[in-house]
Parts: sequence; structure tokens; C-alpha cells
Amino acid sequence: METIYSILGTILPLEAYQYSFMKNAFLAILLLTPLLGLLGTMAVNHQMAFFSDALGHSALTGIGLGIILGLRNDLVAMLIFGVIWAILICLIKQSGSASTDTVISVFSSTSVAAGLLILARGGKFAKYSSLLIGDILAVTPQDLLWLLIALVVTVILWALLYNSLLLTSVDSFLARSRGIRTRLVECIFVVMVAVAVMLSIRWVGVMLINALLILPAAAGRNLARSARQHAVWSVLLALLCGLIGLTLSYYLDTSAGASIVLVSALCYAISLAVRAIRK
Amino acid sequence: MPLHHCELCHIDLDKITVRRGGQTLLQDVSMHIHCGQLTVLIGQNGAGKTTLIKALLDQIPHSGTIRHVDGRGLDIPHLRTGYVPQVLQFDREMPLTVRDFMAAALSKRPVWTGVNKKTRALVDEALASVDAAGLADRALGRCSGGELQRVLLALAMNPAPDLLVLDEPVSGFDSNGLEMFLDTLLELKHTHHMAILLVSHDLRFVREYADHVVLLDKSVLAQGTAREVFASPEFSAVFGFSGKEEEAD
Repeated sequence: METIYSILGTILPLEAYQYSFMKNAFLAILLLTPLLGLLGTMAVNHQMAFFSDALGHSALTGIGLGIILGLRNDLVAMLIFGVIWAILICLIKQSGSASTDTVISVFSSTSVAAGLLILARGGKFAKYSSLLIGDILAVTPQDLLWLLIALVVTVILWALLYNSLLLTSVDSFLARSRGIRTRLVECIFVVMVAVAVMLSIRWVGVMLINALLILPAAAGRNLARSARQHAVWSVLLALLCGLIGLTLSYYLDTSAGASIVLVSALCYAISLAVRAIRK
Repeated sequence: MPLHHCELCHIDLDKITVRRGGQTLLQDVSMHIHCGQLTVLIGQNGAGKTTLIKALLDQIPHSGTIRHVDGRGLDIPHLRTGYVPQVLQFDREMPLTVRDFMAAALSKRPVWTGVNKKTRALVDEALASVDAAGLADRALGRCSGGELQRVLLALAMNPAPDLLVLDEPVSGFDSNGLEMFLDTLLELKHTHHMAILLVSHDLRFVREYADHVVLLDKSVLAQGTAREVFASPEFSAVFGFSGKEEEAD
């Protein structure tokens, strides 16, 4: 870790990055944004923005249930609950029994209400309010390790699943006729998003996590003409906005998560303009 | 290259029945789809044409058997099907080129990492074989209905299928484009000697191109050459006019 810190200290000659909490936050952004940027491309293509939003909200319930069940580790509780929640939404969506956005809305509001009910017992919600806006400056080297593992696993799974997911997003019946197990592929993807969201939520917050997943991918979509360009733009923009937002937040003394999201929103606006000019 | 070069090999559908939610969508459908022939499925909306295709592609539960047999009636294991859907209902703003789309189906390398030379060549060749060579770098969402049909045909032809299934391809075209598409299809039929099953509403087309016609309404009402089926009383009952009269026009 010391070596990485000293390298960072050299390549980032800004006052902000003399502190180790800022160096940790920098590394977290370096791991987290490409992860979300990559997954975001498919979340946007699958029109799942609303879905990932609901997933973020379910983190509240996850932590709440963790407390009731006496789990010490918040992250484990969130992960287990998030994955179960994701698979449930996925199955209901695939059964086609109700319109997808209605299903997701039901899930989302239920999980928020259940989470609040548990966490706000006896007026103690203040203890958990950091969960809503996140605190990237609190990242520890151990958390970074988790993010690194998640990034590596995601990239490997992404390489294996991507083509199948792409065909499924174009036409699921056509994909099935070519031997792709579309339901399985979709569920694995949804679980991957759930894991990525749960791993990031303490740093970015329930309110903002979805923006990090969707904004860079949506902006990338405006600029890209091919699948490869989409991935490259999305990851690049996610990284750039993440690092710029983090740095700005230090100097402006603002919330890091909110700053990153606002920079991303600006990027999205620019991408829209670029697209309009090209047309 | 054709896999089974034989005049008489065929796909044998025997008593295909599909029930869903207490309703019978198909009842005891039995028919042959011969290699080297264009078999056309006709019938009104709701007659079960798309259901039959789904059963044939093994996408919905059904009873009855589907066998792929050679000229002596012996089973050929594994039936390779190629499928051309009626329309692609996709998000046309998706950043995706025709090449990306085809490479995703034809190669294992994830297309966000790029498309290698071999796959590139394969895609170019596949598109050229359906007279769509110029489309590779076009965005999939910018293709016209007819162009999309060609791309989908190129994809369905790779790897070369024993049975090619097209669901109402006639709808995406203007008449000029349609004729060119059908010429491509007939050429493929001859060069690859494959069985082709096509769903169509266009009776004029059916009379001109079909080798074998199957009139479907939950079960097979009539089958034979276009002339035979159009002259049948079942045909008049379904379409409200006699095929004989139309021919006299």
C-alpha cells in the first residue's frame, strides 16, 4: 500500500492528494467507476435504469434485515439481500405477469419502506444517514481489495457473457433460437449489477449510486457508434467524471458523491449537444 | 456447403400439438418440409403459424415429434435451424453496428473488445452472400426494413442450417426490394439444398415461388402445390374467395 501511496503522491502533485484518505478515495474511484461504467452500457441497452435504481434502494432493507438477523457485517447483509432481490425482480419480469416498471416500482417502494421501518426504529436513523449520500473518504485499504476483486470478476464474467447479453438485448427470441439461454444470462447480469451496486453503495450512497451506473453509459451512448466505442466512452467518462468530481469536492468542500454525479450530468449534457450537432 | 445432399431428406413433423392456458393453439399438425424446397405456411392471423415456428425451433413446450430424416427414412441426428424473425423490436438508438451484431452471434470474443480479422472476414462474406456487402459498418438501427431482413438472413445462414425458417419476411420490403430478396432466397435454396419454411400472407408471392403450400388453422387444413391448395374448398372457406378466381384475374 505504501508503494502505491508514494506513486500516487508523485503523479498527483495536488495538495488534495497529500492525504491518505484522498489517496484511498482516488483508488476507490479508479476501481469503482470502470466497474459501473462497463455494467452501465448494458443496463442502458436493456433499459434497466429504473431497475438499478430500485436495487440501490434495496440496500436499506438489506442493512435493516442484517440488524434484525444479528449479522455483524453490513456488507454481507446487503449483498445477500441485494442478490435475492435482484433474482426475484428478474423472475417476475420474465414471467411477464405484470408490466416491468410497475413490478420494479412495487419492489422499490417496498424495500425503501421496509428499510426505513427497521433503521428508523426509536428515531435512530441519523446513524445510518451516511448510507443515503455515501462517504467515499472513509474507504479503507481492505475495502479497496474488495473493489479490486469485484472489478476483476466483473471483467471476466463480462467477457464471457457480453455477446449473449447483446443479442438478448436486440431480440431475445432470436437469441434463444441461436442457443442462448437468455433468462439465465439476464439473471447473471442482474446479479452482477446487484453486487456492484452493493459494493459501491457505502461510498456513493443510495441516492446517487444509480447516477454513476447510468450517466456515463448514457453519455457514452450519445457519442458512440459501435459497441466497442460505447464501452470505451462509458468507462473513460466514468473515470474522468469520478476523478474530476472527487478533486473538485476537496477544494469546494462539497460531498464527493454529489460532485461526481453533477460532473457526470454535465458530461451527459455535453454528449447530447455533440449528438445534436452531428445530426 | 450442404450437409446432407439428398433429394429426399426432409423434416418430419408428426402430430405437433401446443396447448397453453387451457387453449389449444395447435392440434395434431403433421407435415413434411423437404430439403431443396420452399415450403410456405399460409393462414389467417391467429391460425397458429408463429406458434408452429416456435415449436419447430423448440422454444415452446409441445407434444408430437420433429424428426430430421434422410431419403431412406433414417434419423439424421441434430437439426440445425436458422431463423429470420419478422421484425426486430430493438432500441434503434443502441450504438451497435451490423458488424458488432453479427460478430456477437458468430464469435466468442466479446465485441466490446473489438472484432478480430477472422470474424471480420466471416461477417463480410456472410453479408456479401445475401447482397448486403455494404452494410457491415452501418448502425443496426439505421437499416431499413429490407436491409435488416438481409442482415438477419445472413446471420441465419451462418452456420449453414438444415432448415431455414422465415417468419413473414415479405412485410419489410417495397416490391422491388422484395423481389431481390426472394431471388437471393431461391439462390440459397439451390446452392445449399436446404429446406426453407416461410410464413407469408402474400398469396401472389406464394403462387409464384412456393414448391409446397400448407394451409393452417390450428391444424393442417390442406397441403400440396399452390394450385392444389388454392383450389381447395378449405382455402375458400378461410380466405373468403376461391384461389381459382384469383388465378383467372
